[in-house]
Amino acid sequence: MSQLLVVEGRNYYRKLKSEFVMAITVGATILTLIPLFLVLGYLLSKGATSVNLNFFIHMPKPVGQEGGGMANAIVGTLELVMIATLIGVPIGIGSGLYLSEFKTTKLAVAVRFAADVLTGVPSIVIGIFAYAILVRPLHGFSALSGGLALGMIMIPLITRNTEEMVALVPHELREAAYALGVTKWKTTLAVVTRTAMGGIATGIILAIARVAGETAPLLFTAFGNRFWSTSLFQPIASLPVQVYTYAISPFADWQRQAWAGALVLTTIVLALELGVRALARRH
Amino acid sequence: MKNDYALPEFVNGSSGDLAFTQRMAARTREFQARFVGDRVFYLSTLVFAVLVLALLIGIALALIYDSRPSIAKFGLGFFISTEWDPVNDEFGALPFIYGTLVSSAIALLIAVPLSLGVALCLSEMAPKWLSSKLGFLVELLAAIPSVIYGLWAVFVLGPWLRDHVMPPLAKYLGFLPFFQGPKLSVSLLTAGVILAIMVIPYISAVCTDVFRAVPDIQREAALALGATKWEMVRVAVMPYGFSGVVGAIIFGLGRALGETIAVAMVIGNRPEISASLFLPSSTLASAIANEFSEATSDLYLSALVELGLVLMIVGMILNVVARALVLGTTQRRFRSDFKPGPVKA
Repeated sequence: MSQLLVVEGRNYYRKLKSEFVMAITVGATILTLIPLFLVLGYLLSKGATSVNLNFFIHMPKPVGQEGGGMANAIVGTLELVMIATLIGVPIGIGSGLYLSEFKTTKLAVAVRFAADVLTGVPSIVIGIFAYAILVRPLHGFSALSGGLALGMIMIPLITRNTEEMVALVPHELREAAYALGVTKWKTTLAVVTRTAMGGIATGIILAIARVAGETAPLLFTAFGNRFWSTSLFQPIASLPVQVYTYAISPFADWQRQAWAGALVLTTIVLALELGVRALARRH
Repeated sequence: MKNDYALPEFVNGSSGDLAFTQRMAARTREFQARFVGDRVFYLSTLVFAVLVLALLIGIALALIYDSRPSIAKFGLGFFISTEWDPVNDEFGALPFIYGTLVSSAIALLIAVPLSLGVALCLSEMAPKWLSSKLGFLVELLAAIPSVIYGLWAVFVLGPWLRDHVMPPLAKYLGFLPFFQGPKLSVSLLTAGVILAIMVIPYISAVCTDVFRAVPDIQREAALALGATKWEMVRVAVMPYGFSGVVGAIIFGLGRALGETIAVAMVIGNRPEISASLFLPSSTLASAIANEFSEATSDLYLSALVELGLVLMIVGMILNVVARALVLGTTQRRFRSDFKPGPVKA
């Protein structure tokens, strides 16, 4: 009888321990999510009061003067992302299609490895590379070099995503096209890629969201500009760099604007991210 | 009725049937024309694929090329010298290597247990509908740009750590050299904590995938033997996913080492080694971010590029190792020769 009690007690202890550990995992999840809500909460409370029409249509004021906005930085970010997309999307999709269509060639193995490794290269290193191949030869910081740096960050993301999305297309579709006498390239473009289009587009938008918030590679490529510029060969302002500069500045008004810029930037990035997910779920 | 496919006859040209020869030649041309498109497609995707490969090689070569002056002058001494003095053109990377290692270590110390907790919660605990929602929120953490974390850490996290975390640490663990001296809001500790927040979504996402790849039959076997949920995790899930978890941690380490802007904003950028975590420091990446556009001499610039080269090589190695470990776990169940090993209690 007493032995039975011991066993009962031991089982009770084991169950309790299990419940306890599992409760800890729930606690860990909650603890992990607290910073997310804190960051978003602070962005809203500190940024929302400063985000108004002026913020979007005005230029930064000279040092010492209050007010002004980030019109140039918003346009600059759009321009940088556009250049990046023009560079990253064709190369990413093209190489992704190569990987999926000629997947067993030696080159494909090497390119797949290169794309994987590139995703692990810190973005600041990509910035150094853009500096070496574009800023130094042109003797100056430029929108083009910033866009190139962002584009190079996009490439491996889009390459791997395109390959994965194309791999999801059922082989029967391909066979059906071949059976009708359609050539390989037409099958790939009109049947396979078209079927995978949703996934490929999702990958592109996620890559855009990812680079839109990048700061490090822009510091010594696009550099930043307190004046209006859309020229490809002049330094250009961008939201992330503007937020960075204002945040570490000693001026209260700049710090206030940093929160506003941060709110706008986060809204753009999260809107892209959430929008894409909502679309992906519908399909 | 002539058989169109009587090729030998056509090839030899012995039939003397001119109309037939012409017809076959036209067919061949038409046939080949159909594949011109394939050729063009192959070559154009080939160019893009080669570009990706060239990008990686180009980055490596450009970094090696640009860091030659520094490599030539300092050699291996670059990695053990603590002198970082742009004014006198003396450059040693040890303070940055130290700052990088310590801030990443703090980050992993915090992030690994939490990520394992999140991953277990998502894969073993939460019902499916909740798990996908929680997983989505954790992923959102990864979507927030680095500069936003930096901003938040500068104005909220740093001061909070200084006022509410550092004093108790100094009080109870003050006998350790890490928790002594003046307390600043820009410090190694702040950088480590913000890094932890930033790498948790990566580590936990990979760990969740790894745990989900554990075959249910393993779990059921443990449960059938009377294991509680935690015992099942310990006996069946953890050992199976062990190398994948290690891979996830290495992956997170790679992220932490390369993270730049948030760290640059809160670490204080002081190229000196001090044991205290309450003092400012500097990392490889933050040094590049802060000093690159101000580097005046060629040697200064090349020393900074060499920091980048170190960062790239370490990042690449960690990425490859992590990928191999994770794929080894998550794709194991697809291997036909897999036999579950003996289960250790």
